[in-house]
Amino acid sequence: MLKNNVSPSSSEEGLAWQPSATSTTLHKRAHIISTVRKFFAERNVLEVDTPLMCQHSVTDPHVTGIPAIFQSLGETSEKIMYLQTSPEYAMKRLLASGIGSIYQITKAFRQGEVGKIHNPEFTMLEWYRIGYDHHALMNEMDELLMLVLSTLPAERISYTDLFLQQLNVNVHTATLQELKNCAATKNIFLQAEINEKDVWLDILWTHYIEPKVGQERPLFLYDFPASQASLAKVRHETPAHASRFEVYFKGVELANGFHELQDAEEQKKRFEKDSAYRKQNHLPEKTIDQYFLAALNHGLPDCAGVALGIDRLIMLALGFERVADVLSFDFSRV
Amino acid sequence: MAVYTTNEIRGGMKVMIDNDPCVILDNEMVKPGKGQAFNRIKFRNLKNGRVVERTWKSGDTIPSADVVDVEAQYLYNDGSGWHFMTNETFEQFVLDEGHLGEAKQWLKEQGECVLTLFNSMPLAVAVANFVSLKIAETDPGVRGDTSGGGGKPAKLETGAVVRVPLFVQEGELIKVDTRTGEYVSRVKE
Repeated sequence: MLKNNVSPSSSEEGLAWQPSATSTTLHKRAHIISTVRKFFAERNVLEVDTPLMCQHSVTDPHVTGIPAIFQSLGETSEKIMYLQTSPEYAMKRLLASGIGSIYQITKAFRQGEVGKIHNPEFTMLEWYRIGYDHHALMNEMDELLMLVLSTLPAERISYTDLFLQQLNVNVHTATLQELKNCAATKNIFLQAEINEKDVWLDILWTHYIEPKVGQERPLFLYDFPASQASLAKVRHETPAHASRFEVYFKGVELANGFHELQDAEEQKKRFEKDSAYRKQNHLPEKTIDQYFLAALNHGLPDCAGVALGIDRLIMLALGFERVADVLSFDFSRV
Repeated sequence: MAVYTTNEIRGGMKVMIDNDPCVILDNEMVKPGKGQAFNRIKFRNLKNGRVVERTWKSGDTIPSADVVDVEAQYLYNDGSGWHFMTNETFEQFVLDEGHLGEAKQWLKEQGECVLTLFNSMPLAVAVANFVSLKIAETDPGVRGDTSGGGGKPAKLETGAVVRVPLFVQEGELIKVDTRTGEYVSRVKE
């Protein structure tokens, strides 16, 4: 009888100690990262370096930090720390201290995220520009992409317009049932009961729209529904919009940026809303980062910021389809 | 019965979906930076052969199917079914033509194959990647041509038609790649 249900793994044929990427790719990777550093040096944006391990993680229901256990020498009590999911809070504390425009290239960690274009430990480029709104930051993002990816100027479209154009769905007025029906017409079938509008919008996005966008040139998607504001300012027009944008190229999500929320009270409310959602959905509770709120209370300058996945950027620049192909050692080899 | 979580699911695994045994073809995690994670899973229903794609919440589980692959020999076709015998237990199974799929054109009597059984019922048959078959019919090649360029069609003893080099003659035994249906080489008897 043959063994059933066993998938071949590299470890069966000998330990895969070799790098995931070729040495040529790693040379090209180094070159792209030096190009990025030069880009910011020329614009007088300061490179900074913030902690990877912090006592608080994010409250986002769908982003989870990886715990790291800290123990003082000679003590038995343990303190659970978290590997950061992004350097956002620390960088905003620097901004509140008056440092000016900053960037950093750092590692970020996301619990459980393994896939073709996900590695639980990845390299992130995050930068903040004082006095910019999300449109001004999109301009700078476009310059960087044209430099690294040799692309044409990006296409820009609002979240509302793209859903209308692709699915004839009005994201502000559509009911839950309408979104479910729309998914069924696109042959999207879920083996789960989902009753949140924003999750259905995400499903329509990831299953139907995302794979098609940004094929010729990058796509900048801006002005999200207020319910997906995250840490962006909300403009209380009718309907309300979040000053948030995302960047896509060849169907791959590359970056997420905000015209940053400055209001500490509003930020606290959003954290508490996340915590309530976590509780309701039986997700682990997360503490709120009081250092970050204190910094907002002191005053965050008007600014826009964005985080870009460097591994994905390099993957696209070099024409690969898996991030493993541009990493020294992907998660299956560590 | 064992279950797999969505992150363990790999191509080739046999699972139960809607009470039918299915084989996984592809599993892709989709997760927007700030959004919930899902797995888009593509699978073939082994009973009806249909390929379907469906989405699970990441972390959900799918039960494994009690499916086994056994080495067997193809015996004969009696007009109503294709008969096989397993190498280890000498049990005999009959498959109808609809379940033979691609394997049909490469099966010759006493030929080795792999039977997929579900609850002791045969679902599918697969042949080896390379099989040796006799040429039943082909035009005589041009004398002196040994380059193999161009080639000609040859009908094999199982009925399959493959392109072979001009120098290959009727009655010869050849090796064929069953995945592509291509001629590989001549085989010495």
